[in-house]
Amino acid sequence: MIEIKNIKKTYITGDVETHALRGVSFTVEDGEFVAIMGPSGSGKSTLMHLLGALDTPTSGIYKLDGHDVSKFSDDELAEIRRNRIGFVFQSFNLLPRATVLRNVMLPLIYANVPTEERERLARIALKNAGLDEDRFNHKSNQLSGGQIQRVAIARALVNNPSLILADEPTGNLDTQTGNIVLGTFQRLNEDLKRTIILITHEKDVAEHADRIIHIRDGEIVEDGRKHTKRVIKHEQ
Amino acid sequence: MTIRDTLHETFSALTANKVRTSLTMLGIIIGISSVITMVSIGQGAQGAIQSSIQSIGSNLIIIYPGAQRGPGYQVSTGRGSSHTLTPGDASAMEQNVANIAAVSPESSGRYQVTAKGTNTNTSVTGVTSAYTAVHNVQVSDGAFITDSDNTNLRKIAVIGPTTRDDLFGAGSDAIGQVIRIKGLQFTVVGITVSKGSSGFNNQDDAIYIPLSAAQLFLVGDSSYVSTISVSAVSADVMTQVQNDITTMLLDRHHISDPTQADFNVLNQASIVSAASSVTSTFTLLLGAVAGISLVVGGIGIMNMMLTTVTERTREIGLRKAIGAKRRDINIQFLTEAVALTVIGGAIGVALGWGAAYAVTKLGLLQTSISMSSVLLAFGVSAAIGIVFGYYPARRASRLNPIEALRYE
Repeated sequence: MIEIKNIKKTYITGDVETHALRGVSFTVEDGEFVAIMGPSGSGKSTLMHLLGALDTPTSGIYKLDGHDVSKFSDDELAEIRRNRIGFVFQSFNLLPRATVLRNVMLPLIYANVPTEERERLARIALKNAGLDEDRFNHKSNQLSGGQIQRVAIARALVNNPSLILADEPTGNLDTQTGNIVLGTFQRLNEDLKRTIILITHEKDVAEHADRIIHIRDGEIVEDGRKHTKRVIKHEQ
Repeated sequence: MTIRDTLHETFSALTANKVRTSLTMLGIIIGISSVITMVSIGQGAQGAIQSSIQSIGSNLIIIYPGAQRGPGYQVSTGRGSSHTLTPGDASAMEQNVANIAAVSPESSGRYQVTAKGTNTNTSVTGVTSAYTAVHNVQVSDGAFITDSDNTNLRKIAVIGPTTRDDLFGAGSDAIGQVIRIKGLQFTVVGITVSKGSSGFNNQDDAIYIPLSAAQLFLVGDSSYVSTISVSAVSADVMTQVQNDITTMLLDRHHISDPTQADFNVLNQASIVSAASSVTSTFTLLLGAVAGISLVVGGIGIMNMMLTTVTERTREIGLRKAIGAKRRDINIQFLTEAVALTVIGGAIGVALGWGAAYAVTKLGLLQTSISMSSVLLAFGVSAAIGIVFGYYPARRASRLNPIEALRYE
């Protein structure tokens, strides 16, 4: 469960103070599929960094599964990311010289999971992300964009996180491939009860989630389920 | 992250850009191999010089006459020319000075020597049986001069292999043959084992005859000897023996002022230490020059590592995002640097070894590679990896994951 109370983030460059977040509060229950939507400069990237424990807020409280992450040190944050958060990035960020399996196993290496266990978990995660088994030993430059993003999703899934955080996951994909990726998220949410937070600036993409938090100028302007959810049929 | 994982990551990172990796390694390879080669050549030279000095004799102290000055005379007749050392001095040393293994009084000169129509000019030394022990002389055929040969004034000779070759032809059997020194017949009774030349003095081109015979038949005066060689019982007591001999001889010669001494005492240990200090300075110089190339190699490593860190900023950001701690990143990049230097070091050691072997094989010098210099080279290359990898690794580990992920 994620609880955010009155989070503020201020960047100071020289004499200029930039208020990226001006007091944001919301709660995400386990198993929810939430989209955080806003135009560029709205503070959604800052919010993503805070939710992903990549950064700490200037003030306010961020509780992830009851741990108050807001005052953690660098290494404690690394531990939270390692055990509780899975990232999916717009630009995929796979290691080009490693195989698909090795890429997915990477979080487990840092979590000190035994070698034999790693491969088993990585295979399960790749199957859940919908990648064909004959691609497992390919390098990422031999895969299509949609396949690469599914490897990235598998990597985010592999350490069994409390939260999957997807930052513009369809930004570098065409609509059709993007829909496949969004379908994967929906399936993970429905079938495996994964908590997913999707950060995007596109309304079409956000509408694939159950709940949309609109953010603008560092504040929440709307938080609700008023839209009609776009459901992608499972491609199996 | 286990050691195996770290090594796996290192291997994949180093093989990703093979050309750059091998060029960077080349710096370390050249550095380490030149250190190994230079030091082994230096040590080989040191060994060669020492063994050459040792071949003159072991723990040797040589007493030779100084310049002769009569009372009131200011004319020096030249060092070594006076007749101040007597056989009595030699026996007094043997009796009164502690820690002496053997004393060998000698009377030497150069003479024209003939045998059956061939002739040569060589050094003829009158010796006692103690000569073999003091000067490390061994006899390959026949026997050396004995005490009874001396007592009986026997005209016999032991000759060096070079002299034998000159007089009787290479490898011929000279035992029982007759040679003429100063017109007198001497019978060859032994051939010495070859020792090789030491400096200007070829020890294989020599003739040894009984001391008494040399004094009586060649010099015509049995009251003095030309040198006295003394062998001390060990290298540690050389100084004591040298000092005691000096004191005793000054006393025997009734000289109160040591600067007016009519003899000189030369200590082999001081020759050896002078020679080895020259060669160790030489070794140090060679090592220092090679060491500079090692430092240059290390800077090459640092340069490559900094480039790598910049190139892989996004990768570092990703690793941090999925849970790598500072320590994990630090170790990963440090391991890469150390792997570069250690692999480079291993190749360097092999190359240096090969070069030293080649120098030995070509007959230039008997080089010696000590295990310690190999271990040192490995230690130094690992240390270079740590020193020059530290800063880039630290820089990588301190990257902010957000900025690193955004890096284009």
